[in-house]
Amino acid sequence: MKYKSVFDIIGPVMIGPSSSHTAGAARIGRVARDLFRREPKWATISFYGSFAKTYKGHGTDVAIVGGLLDFDTYDERIKESLTLAKKNGMKVRFIEEDAITDHPNTAKVKIGDDEGELELVGISIGGGKIEIIELNGFQLKLSGHHPALLVVHDDKFGAIASVSNILAKHAINIGHMDVSRKDVGKMALMTIEVDQTIDENVIQELTALPNITQVTRIAE
Amino acid sequence: MFRNVAELIELAESQNKKISDIMIEQEMEFTKKTREQVVSQMEKNLEVMEEAIEKGIRGVKSHSGLTGGDAVLLQKYIEKGNFLSGQTLLDAVSKAVATNEVNAAMGTICATPTAGSAGVVPGTLFAVKDKLNPTREEMVRYLFTSGAFGFVVANNASISGAAGGCQAEVGSASGMAAAAIVEMAGGTPSQCAEAMAITLKNMLGLVCDPVAGLVEVPCVKRNAMGAANAMVAADMALAGITSRIPCDEVIDAMFKIGQTMPVALRETAQGGLAATPTGRELEAKIFGVSLDKRD
Repeated sequence: MKYKSVFDIIGPVMIGPSSSHTAGAARIGRVARDLFRREPKWATISFYGSFAKTYKGHGTDVAIVGGLLDFDTYDERIKESLTLAKKNGMKVRFIEEDAITDHPNTAKVKIGDDEGELELVGISIGGGKIEIIELNGFQLKLSGHHPALLVVHDDKFGAIASVSNILAKHAINIGHMDVSRKDVGKMALMTIEVDQTIDENVIQELTALPNITQVTRIAE
Repeated sequence: MFRNVAELIELAESQNKKISDIMIEQEMEFTKKTREQVVSQMEKNLEVMEEAIEKGIRGVKSHSGLTGGDAVLLQKYIEKGNFLSGQTLLDAVSKAVATNEVNAAMGTICATPTAGSAGVVPGTLFAVKDKLNPTREEMVRYLFTSGAFGFVVANNASISGAAGGCQAEVGSASGMAAAAIVEMAGGTPSQCAEAMAITLKNMLGLVCDPVAGLVEVPCVKRNAMGAANAMVAADMALAGITSRIPCDEVIDAMFKIGQTMPVALRETAQGGLAATPTGRELEAKIFGVSLDKRD
């Protein structure tokens, strides 16, 4: 079941005009911003399918940049996000792609600054609900509706157990978990959606584990 | 957790509860929140809906200039008293239009289940309110009942125009509203399901063909008719009329129709009304794009 809460249906409260093309786009942008942990200096946003055909009419461009500026779906500033981004020195480029994707509302967001880059692919599945399906080349599934942990780790035995042991110790329940890797024995990514918010000390404890490269927390 | 309408009705009737109760209880279980927390979150959504209707009835205009002001026209017409259909029905239509006009003008709305279809549920609610005089708590229940039916559609079919056409958006919204009207009017859970089935059956095949890709033409008027459809279907169900095809099968049919719908008719602004000469002309005027570009 993709939709779990009644507020996925009666909600979100948002700036119009489209839940999938405006609110969903804002959420995709905001997840990218969350994962990057700071405001990017540049963004290249590729639209596919219905997004590519109708993004101007739906304000998808404005909304996704609003998300990159950390605005929520109901934030009135979304309407001026392109001007605000420019004022902050953020360079934004939009690309209308012709390629056919699995989902008609797909966006690829590449953001970065002098320190680093991030690339994610998000889909907007209806009613403002989104899924992140790819992060830096890793396939993943992230609804953005629960607090989540992204753990980059070496693809070695025991890595997953050591992470889940620490979560168990702190009485944090795992709602959904996904593991993907680029190659056997190389870099891998754990996506863990949990029911409770995760404290900073838990993050530190996880980061200190052997074979764990990076731990990122995404709030609800 | 209920997975379809049949399970939802069974849960409600076996425990002698309302659909709204089942939805509230499921939400409490899923979020581990108290009843008060869940209800108060929905109250906030109700307030947003009320504000949007008030704003739309005072009159708004979208940036493109394609929509706005029709809610005002309809309210004035109702006041004159010479209408042919019915006061509550027209009031629902005008309030649905009001909400979607605000949405088109990039105002604040609550998606029900989507922004493009955000007019139907609040429009019918605030019209039926004047007839049935519900408490605020009952108005919040209306949203949980709509939500319960929308929940089933979202999980078994789709609520996205890009995936399933307008039948998935205004069609779903209309069915959700019909079911909620029935509960508020004192109907049984089964009658709610009948109202949803009757409504959705009459929305099957509706395509998503927004002119210039804007959520304006025909979206605002589709919400108008979605509200009217919900009102009439609710009355039919309350009269004891049932759907020969069970609600879950209607939802399944909607899903399959959406899957076979051409891409041009699923929120791409390539077919239907968007591709009419006037539709293309408006598009070119708004965006300054040559008409051939999208073909």
